[in-house]
Amino acid sequence: MIHSLFLVSTAGHIFLEKHWKSVISRSVCDYLFEAQGKASAPENVPPVIATPHHYLISVYRDRIFFVAVIQTEVPPLFVIEFLHRVAETFQDYFGECSEASIKDNVVIVYELLEEMLDNGFPLATEANILKEMIKPPTILRSVVNTITGSSNVGGTLPTGQLSNIPWRRTGVKYTNNEAYFDVVEEIDAILDKSGTVVFAEIQGVIDACVKLSGMPDLTLSFVNPRLLDDVSFHPCVRFKRWEAERVLSFIPPDGNFRLMSYHVNAQNLVAIPVYVKQNVSFFETGSSGRLDITVGPKQTMGKTIEDVVITVHMPKVVLNANLTTNQGTSTYDPVTKVLVWDIGKLNQQKVPNLKGSLSLQSGAPRPDENPTLNIDLRIQQLAISGLKVNRLNMFGEKYKPFKGVKYVTKAGNAGPQREQRSTFFCWNLFE
Amino acid sequence: MSTNNLSYNEQGGGAEPAVELGQESTPTASGSTAAAGLFSTDFKKNEDLKEMLESNKESLKLEAMKRIVGLIAKGKNASELFPAVVKNVASKNIELKKLVYVYLVRYAEEQQDLALLSISTFQRALKDPNQLIRASALRVLSSIRVPIIVPIMMLAIKEAATDLSPYVRKTAAHAIQKLYSLDPEQKEHLIEVIDKLLKDKSTLVAGSVVMAFEEVCPDRIDLIHKNYRKLCNLLVDVEEWGQVVIITMLTRYARTQFLSPWREDALFDENSEKAFYDSDVEKEKADSKPYMMDPDHRLLLRNTKPLLQSRNTAVVMAVAQLYWHLAPKQEVSIVTKSLVRLLRSHREVQYIVLQNIATMSIQRKGMFEPFLKSFYVRSTDATHIKTLKLEILTNLATEANISTILREFQTYVKSQDKQFAATTIQAIGRCATNISEITDTCLNGLVLLLSNRDETVVAECVVVIKKLLQTQPSQHSDIIKHMAKLLDNITVPMARASILWLIGEYCERVPKIAPDVLRKVAKSFTSEEDIVKLQTLNLAAKLYLTNSKQTKLLTQYILNLGKYDQNYDIRDRTRFLRQLIVPNEKSGALSKYAKRILLASKPAPVLESAFKDRDRFQLGTLSHTLNAKASGYLELSDWPTVAPDQSVRNVEVKEWAPSLGKPKATKSDDKFYSDSGEEEEQEEEASESGSSGSSSSSSEEESSSGSGGRTSCRLCCLLSPVFVPPKSHELLHRMSGKGLAVSYHFPRQPCAYSHRMVSVQLTLTNGRDQPLEDICVGEAGPPGIAIHRFATIERLQPEASITVSMGIDFNDSTQAANFQLCTKTDQFSVSIQPAVGELLMPVTMTEQDFLKEQGQLTGMNESSVTITIAPDSMSSQPVGRKVVSVANMGVVPSSQNSIHRFAAKTVSSGSLVLSSVVLQEASTAKLVVNTEKTVLGSVLLRELKTALSQG
Repeated sequence: MIHSLFLVSTAGHIFLEKHWKSVISRSVCDYLFEAQGKASAPENVPPVIATPHHYLISVYRDRIFFVAVIQTEVPPLFVIEFLHRVAETFQDYFGECSEASIKDNVVIVYELLEEMLDNGFPLATEANILKEMIKPPTILRSVVNTITGSSNVGGTLPTGQLSNIPWRRTGVKYTNNEAYFDVVEEIDAILDKSGTVVFAEIQGVIDACVKLSGMPDLTLSFVNPRLLDDVSFHPCVRFKRWEAERVLSFIPPDGNFRLMSYHVNAQNLVAIPVYVKQNVSFFETGSSGRLDITVGPKQTMGKTIEDVVITVHMPKVVLNANLTTNQGTSTYDPVTKVLVWDIGKLNQQKVPNLKGSLSLQSGAPRPDENPTLNIDLRIQQLAISGLKVNRLNMFGEKYKPFKGVKYVTKAGNAGPQREQRSTFFCWNLFE
Repeated sequence: MSTNNLSYNEQGGGAEPAVELGQESTPTASGSTAAAGLFSTDFKKNEDLKEMLESNKESLKLEAMKRIVGLIAKGKNASELFPAVVKNVASKNIELKKLVYVYLVRYAEEQQDLALLSISTFQRALKDPNQLIRASALRVLSSIRVPIIVPIMMLAIKEAATDLSPYVRKTAAHAIQKLYSLDPEQKEHLIEVIDKLLKDKSTLVAGSVVMAFEEVCPDRIDLIHKNYRKLCNLLVDVEEWGQVVIITMLTRYARTQFLSPWREDALFDENSEKAFYDSDVEKEKADSKPYMMDPDHRLLLRNTKPLLQSRNTAVVMAVAQLYWHLAPKQEVSIVTKSLVRLLRSHREVQYIVLQNIATMSIQRKGMFEPFLKSFYVRSTDATHIKTLKLEILTNLATEANISTILREFQTYVKSQDKQFAATTIQAIGRCATNISEITDTCLNGLVLLLSNRDETVVAECVVVIKKLLQTQPSQHSDIIKHMAKLLDNITVPMARASILWLIGEYCERVPKIAPDVLRKVAKSFTSEEDIVKLQTLNLAAKLYLTNSKQTKLLTQYILNLGKYDQNYDIRDRTRFLRQLIVPNEKSGALSKYAKRILLASKPAPVLESAFKDRDRFQLGTLSHTLNAKASGYLELSDWPTVAPDQSVRNVEVKEWAPSLGKPKATKSDDKFYSDSGEEEEQEEEASESGSSGSSSSSSEEESSSGSGGRTSCRLCCLLSPVFVPPKSHELLHRMSGKGLAVSYHFPRQPCAYSHRMVSVQLTLTNGRDQPLEDICVGEAGPPGIAIHRFATIERLQPEASITVSMGIDFNDSTQAANFQLCTKTDQFSVSIQPAVGELLMPVTMTEQDFLKEQGQLTGMNESSVTITIAPDSMSSQPVGRKVVSVANMGVVPSSQNSIHRFAAKTVSSGSLVLSSVVLQEASTAKLVVNTEKTVLGSVLLRELKTALSQG
């Protein structure tokens, strides 16, 4: 399956190579560089590239290309999913997935890759199993290892490898037994200029941090499971019980993991928590323009909206912006043409407003496209869909764990974004 | 390298080497080499690595190996260290050993002779009691790609394939592929091993061996037959990567073994004409024999469905393609939601999924239409994602939703990404040709766009308008005039060429403008691009034929320019046209037809999707993504016309398949597909009997032991046990076991050793500070209770614990099984007292069957009691949970809320055990147990009573 793996920096430097079968020359990466040259940004490099003798399947994240070299037919998603899993493992082990951290820990990286694939076929990809075989680096451990000569590599087969629950290791012990669940929801919406919702949906995840001794068997139930339209689970969740009773029954992995992701469909139910009024116009003469944006809270069920940031990608001809605001700070980067308005908390009394003039490149034609607005925000203690966890029960162990659930609603961030589009030009002919 | 040579030369020199060697050995002895190594200059690096490797200190060796691995990772050559490295292959330090393995695998191919030195170490390690060591030895041995050791590898694989540890067997499955690529001549022997491993019941092995099968002998479909049902049942528990491989393989398998389920509905299929014709032929057959889905076909579809909820995108895609290629048309749409979910994943995942959706959406608009908005383009999408989303939106366009889509397209046209705007215009063009109602609106919209400031956009518009006009040229002379005016400003060659072609083609509709346009391009002819020049020539020729009075001179001029052009094509075209249109004595009969040749009406271009023919490749494959056959691609065969023998998949007992198929046969066809509600759930449970891999055990039981109540078992199917957290009991306390502690629990799984046995899992823990050796089961009693012993545990390290499983036939009594646990030095007598509830296996049946059976088991066979029930148990779920926690019974669907029914049969004799709880007023309930085994029945009644009356 996967023949070789190359890690390539954005600058085109191949800083790690690993071969599971015969060695393939690193010159194969030239095809990637060629594609990179054609693409305007690294994100635009096609993930699958055919070369005369091999196929390159690559993933770009954290400013690194993970390039897998393939020789025969294989489902491309198989490779892509695996490469992301590799990146996540690095992230987990080294705290960040970057060229520097990989170079610093090259031996561990090699040991990991050796365990993760055998002959190009995934062998152990569960973090818990890997951690039993190869311990993550800590300063303390490296000191101890140099003194005692003990190693980072386990000598026995992790029990998880053999059992039906490979995600959990045996013999877990904690003095404080805790289980925390974060219900994080993201609104993904497209609005048009008048504020009408073109498209909206809520996506949520339940991230868990479970530190429980022994082999706990947990059951998590919801007050309103009917809200969930589409779900995907960590392998630990018993699908049968979900189907029958709409409860999540699982033996959790140890530590942090994503228990489930879900999607809330009821399109009409999505209450967009803020409203935005925007007016951006460019004058025909005098090469200038005017901008006026107002943001206010709407339907927040008594919770405060925090960390509101509005990002506007301006047309290329906008040279500079002279803006004033009554709340937060705004910056305009003339190179990237991005206007960022960091508002902070929204409160009912004062409505944040940003206005001022834009100076355009003289002589250039008036831009006919309209800037897109991206809004990031965060609401603590509220899952916007109204999803509520009912209770968490534990079986199989005798102690009483400490349990906690937290709700957060977000818009934007790394995930899908909320966009506000504007339609200035009436192009009504299609009506 | 250079130092190597240098020292070699010096050694030849005589006296000096002694000094050199002396110097070298000092730092080694002082142990500061690590530091020295770090600061030494680059060219000496490898030399001191060699020293470190040859030192006596483990830490130095490890340090050296770490640096060498660093070199390998950077792609630097470290092969000259091979002799020094290979010596450490037998090291006791596990990390060092692993790094040596990494090195060996990398360089053994280049240094075959030296690599042979390490082989004996691996051969020894293959016999190691530690399964990890056995497995990793096999891994390295099979990875070093030295042809001489092929026989050794073959032997090692054969041995490992029968290893007790499933992990080692998994490694063996991987080794098969490696050996095959090293020496394809071993194929026949390897197939034998694959055949053996395919029979393996471990979920760990399944994925790997199917991978080996796909690589070595994908055409040996016959090896799959007997394992088909097992693979289907195991699937949910196999690790994610194995799932992908198995699903892909089973897709291919199913296409060769089952009849097409696409018949009846082929008529209603949206737009596949081919299917329409097929259905005609098949209808005749259908009349005589209605289509019935093979139960095995249904089994596959049912068992893969839950995997749509997997977090692994590759698994979801694999299931989606399986449904696409195998499911009846009405059922395919259940994958839609999951595919749309994948669009929220990483960019690369989106890319692949969108490609597959693009192919699907051409054939089945309906599947994705409700999710239209999920394909709206975001400003942050990557270029290739935007293009694919446009493609899908275009495919999904219908008369009903076109206005929504066009409004969305309007926004895209104004995007800052001009290339994307241009692609959008193409998409509008495609919508316009596909849906004739909107052609005019689109055309007008595009004409307005011609005044856009951006040239790429305008040029694209021109090209699209040209195509659209061609489809209905009748009334659009205004637009043509408008386009003629544009020629002054547009510089994009493709657009200019399109305008010229348009004017040439419809020159009779714009008789005044056309010659003027020709005049303009004649002036700029020499500076035009080739495609524009060709169209200029065409325009000139056409005008010459229709309006020679005005254009004769201009045409002559252009033809003369063309004659001396640098481009072959243009010179050729010029020569050809001149002969054709200017009559002279040499020109033959052809020039008479010049007008008919040049001004023939041309068919309008068909604008179709780039994904139109992609479905010739299996979805989700690399070949599909590339739209070209990748090496190693396995064709998906067409459905067989005649049903292949179904019985090939039967394992041991032939009753299995009919028992599933029978109840369905009576139902009408459409109901059969709809599979709604309870019905489906029942079937689902029934088919998953023994998901741990003993799919045959249920039927085996049914046919073999023939005691009373047997007839009824045809109506019920064995059910996978309802999950309850296992209760662990102590078998041997640490104090009395001299450090050996043993606990046991009933996993409620069908016993692998015999169907009459209850499976018991023992967890042994060594609390001593020395390892325990040779733990085994000694004498057992009393007579009448049979015990399947676990394999002797050779060694149990201090603080380690191990879980083993054994089978006990309690003979349907609660009598304790006594046996001795022996270690090398001691013997302990222990006994396992089974709870009565563990002597049962859950079964499922319909309510009617339950009542019928209950009616037969009255009198002596019935015991009942009225109990006071804890108030919180009044609702249905707690009752079910409590009963199930005490006794391993299956829930029987009940039509009344106040009655709960449970059914099971005894493990040993297979007698039916029925129980019902009837909730009455004032938190009382009547508890009834019906069974032939009266003693067992009364004990069960007592236990259920205690369980239900507790709070």
